[in-house]
Amino acid sequence: MGDLITISSNFLYVAFILYLIATLFFGGSIRGKKQQEKVTMSSKIAIVLTIAGFLAQLGYFITRWIASGHAPVSNLFEFTTFFGMMIVFAFIILYFIYKLNILGVFTLPVALLIIAYASMFPREISPLVPSLKSHWLYIHVTTVSLGEAILAVSFAAGLIYLIKVVDQTKKSKKTTLLEIILYSLFATLGFVIITSVFSAVNYNATFEFPFEGEISEVDYHLPPIAGPNDGELLTTERMDSLFEAPGWMQGVNAARKFNTLIWSLLTGYGLYMIARLILRKRVAAAIQPLLKNTNADLVDEVSYRAVAFGFPIFTLGGLVFAMIWAQEAWNRYWGWDPKEVWALITWFFYAAFLHLRLSQGWHGEKSAWLAVIGFAIIMFNLIAVNLIIAGLHSYA
Amino acid sequence: MSKVEQARQKKSKKKMKRFFFRSIILIVLLAALVFALVSNLTKDKAAIGVGDEAPSFQLKQINNDGQPLHLDELKGKGIMLNFWATFCKPCEQEMPYMESLYPKYKEQGVEIVAVSVDFTELVIEQFVERHNLTFPILHDNTEQVRDLYNVGPLPTTYFINAEGEVVELVSGQLTLEDLEGYLQQIVPKE
Amino acid sequence: MKKITCEACQHLNPEGTVLCESCGKPLEEDQYIDGNNKTKLLNMRYEGSSRRSQTYNKSIVDQIWNFFSSVKVGVTLIVITLIASAAGTIFPQRMYIPPTASPATYYEDTYGILGQIYYQLGFHELYSSWWYMILIALIGISIIIASIDRVVPLYRALKHQKPVRHKSFISRQRLHSKTEDVSKEDKELLIKGLKKQRYKVTEDNGHVLAEKGRFSRWGPYVNHCGLIIFLLGALLRFVPFMYIDDFVWVREGETKVIPETHSKYYIENKEFIMETYGDSEEDARFEQALADKGPVAKNFQTNAVIYENSETTIGAEPKLEKVLEDSIRVNHPLKLEGISLYQTSYQLNEFKSMSFIIHETDDQEEEELASFTVDLADPAREYNLDNGFRVTIDQYFADYYLDNGIPRSQSDHPKNPAFVFSVYPPNSDDPEVSFAGIGRNVDATGQNEYKVGLQNFEIRDVTGLTVRRDYTLPILIIGGIIFMIGVVQGMYWQHRRVWIHPTENGVWLAGHTNKNYFGLKKDIEKAIDGTTIQMVVDQAEENKKE
Repeated sequence: MGDLITISSNFLYVAFILYLIATLFFGGSIRGKKQQEKVTMSSKIAIVLTIAGFLAQLGYFITRWIASGHAPVSNLFEFTTFFGMMIVFAFIILYFIYKLNILGVFTLPVALLIIAYASMFPREISPLVPSLKSHWLYIHVTTVSLGEAILAVSFAAGLIYLIKVVDQTKKSKKTTLLEIILYSLFATLGFVIITSVFSAVNYNATFEFPFEGEISEVDYHLPPIAGPNDGELLTTERMDSLFEAPGWMQGVNAARKFNTLIWSLLTGYGLYMIARLILRKRVAAAIQPLLKNTNADLVDEVSYRAVAFGFPIFTLGGLVFAMIWAQEAWNRYWGWDPKEVWALITWFFYAAFLHLRLSQGWHGEKSAWLAVIGFAIIMFNLIAVNLIIAGLHSYA
Repeated sequence: MSKVEQARQKKSKKKMKRFFFRSIILIVLLAALVFALVSNLTKDKAAIGVGDEAPSFQLKQINNDGQPLHLDELKGKGIMLNFWATFCKPCEQEMPYMESLYPKYKEQGVEIVAVSVDFTELVIEQFVERHNLTFPILHDNTEQVRDLYNVGPLPTTYFINAEGEVVELVSGQLTLEDLEGYLQQIVPKE
Repeated sequence: MKKITCEACQHLNPEGTVLCESCGKPLEEDQYIDGNNKTKLLNMRYEGSSRRSQTYNKSIVDQIWNFFSSVKVGVTLIVITLIASAAGTIFPQRMYIPPTASPATYYEDTYGILGQIYYQLGFHELYSSWWYMILIALIGISIIIASIDRVVPLYRALKHQKPVRHKSFISRQRLHSKTEDVSKEDKELLIKGLKKQRYKVTEDNGHVLAEKGRFSRWGPYVNHCGLIIFLLGALLRFVPFMYIDDFVWVREGETKVIPETHSKYYIENKEFIMETYGDSEEDARFEQALADKGPVAKNFQTNAVIYENSETTIGAEPKLEKVLEDSIRVNHPLKLEGISLYQTSYQLNEFKSMSFIIHETDDQEEEELASFTVDLADPAREYNLDNGFRVTIDQYFADYYLDNGIPRSQSDHPKNPAFVFSVYPPNSDDPEVSFAGIGRNVDATGQNEYKVGLQNFEIRDVTGLTVRRDYTLPILIIGGIIFMIGVVQGMYWQHRRVWIHPTENGVWLAGHTNKNYFGLKKDIEKAIDGTTIQMVVDQAEENKKE
């Protein structure tokens, strides 16, 4: 059994590398060519590598399923990895419809970041609690992540559109917002890097603090900037926290998560500033020239079609299947659990998006901004609700 | 009739039709909204409420030699139906009030029936002895009657008139004055 | 009603019409309603038909109607609801705070001043608040009225489509081309090419309309119908008959009435099973995770027997007949005549019976003089024992606690049983009083000759089952299915149309679709393949380049 798990993680590793190389080839295919939709040698290699990577990840998925005895979508690592895989899948399908190379340059890094992010969480296979033991687990989770993945492609297309059309000659609200979006990608990268670095040196600092009337302990794997409320450092030779996390944060690990967030934002900021120093202009302004030959209308169309495809699938998985399962497992189809509420919010948001686009004529830039905000809501539900707001879905 | 007039009539007819169609739909939607709001406000109420007929049942008495008591036997009398348990403090506090008013109202045709939902009989027996209760004490050991009346919190008291209709429903502890007031309401009229 | 005459084809159009119902020519008076002007492309929303809400605005009823008919209003309502919903997740809702906590103090104690504000605004029960319900209801009203207002004119417009279209209609479509010289064969080839791609072709005097996927236009109205049915189902939940929600505790070995069945059904708990991971061999793979997280529950299960009661007098001794025997597990509720029993809670190790012995207080060996067992489901008043001993239970506390120094029971669950015994030694009417419980043994006077000691006890588990009946589910399911059909219908198919307008020697070509111009262009490309007909130009893109 142990071997199977090793094979499984090797598959994931191979998939990651393949996606990375494929991104470079997609990057190569957009350089200097007039027609970006055209199939070139470089883009052919890129899509083959992407498919190979997808198959490798499928190998990871299947072997892990065999090893654990249940579909590997039951904890944060497994679910997020699967989400990354679905993004690649959605991209492959849309690529074959539109042959848009630039989409690969933006979508694959998003998938890469998500998979890398996922790998920072505990990766051992874990047993299923009784409420998760149901076929609906994989029916619900796979549909939901496919839907969200297609919406993620819509985000990537929206981002391309924005970088292309937003006027970079002078600083404006729009350029600032665009930089914030790009910075959030840097912050995710920052999280991956800083977590890997400190876990490589086995950093550990233990705190003792009062929680719900008892003394609890928490292990920090990053140097504590924000310590637990009223906490006391137990480990010697480690720096003490600079300040304490506010007391209203929920959950026993709230302070540690808050600390990780601070580290990610700081590291991300460092990376972003380095990029700015090297580029000597706004990051979006630096990317813009690469999109010179991109057909903005086609990108807009892709972004919208992705929503048109993704919205029904998301509804089916995130609301319909979720309700059926909730009825079986918790005897109520809807319980206003934070995760459920945020799925509803996502649904409301894309419903508004479609109405605005179809009957108020919100095309192009407005629609692209909405695609970006929609994805932000999805990521909030995926990450923040799990980590910050406690609830039935906080299995991580 | 001229053509102009005909057209005008047709037009006003159409207008009326539209007005009625829209009004009806708006009224139906408004009604649904009101229904939702009112139901939402009253959703926590018990299943048997004021104005309902008190459903009948039969239970074993703890006192009075353990005779079974059927609610139908009390037809024509006002009934105070009290749900309680020995471990419930407010229930215990209102028991002496009930006992003190019982003889007076029994003469006037009102019966007090107290249904305990306790698990064991022994605790009820000892409770009855301790408080010298003389009105019928019933034991609903399977919680059938509690389910029938859909009683949530304890104590819950129903005041039922001689016609078998629930006149008052009180959730929570009764004061002596309240109790007397409610009992007067269910005294059968001659 | 005022009519507008189309100057090109003399068709009488209702007031508010943007594009002539017959020939599609923009009408001079109203074409600006949808932002059409002579130089821009045509706005084809609702086929340019007259939306009633746009024209009548006289009575108050009309004004309310028109308010709800607006998509802008609908989207605004959605956005407000979205923000309100998000606000409800800032702190946990009331049902997710510890059940024993009082919300009045819990929010302030846990989250400080913000928590107090949250509580006072009623956000702790936001989703059942009157204003949230009104928001949802307003969305529902908006969906209904907006759909009624649009579906009728759209249906009329699409039904009465004519292949003959005015030139200004053709030339101002997004996809358009003019070809001067086209042979008859090429025209035939084009029509054939369109037919091959499953376009429905209607011809009138050389004018051709090719159309496919019209049914996708009904998608939005179908999905709105589904939503309305769903909301209606949710509303019906308030009808007591449609929806019940109750809960019952059943001890092992106990038979209890299933709530809300009016004593028709009884349930017996044969056994409650709780398993954790780590017991079986195949759990070895979870070793690492279990070591990190501690024990993880594997299964909660009640082995239950269901009985039907034929005794009609409620409260009288039931006459039970076994109906079925099955297990109830999480994710596997037991279903019975519309009622479902869910495994939702449990309590391990409730006391079932306790055995005591009597021995001399001074006896170090605690040699048994007499013994008795108290059945906690039915404790007896008096126990006559060996060697002439007699014990009476003076007081019994199932769930003992001290209330300001006075012993009481918190509930009737035997979680912490305690007794006040009177022990009558042989040939004596003078009782000795002792107090005995779990870990307690108090001698009232300190001078008792005999002691009552707990020797043994039996425990059992209690299962907590939720009893649910929800007749609204089928309605919700139907609503959900219709919604999904509508969404897929509207999103995965498109209404594509191609007009062929003959000129003296050539043809004008125009294409329109409600979404996915990319796909329509591909269709046209395929259809004109091998002909001299010019490929259509995307005029929207052309405009942008200029």
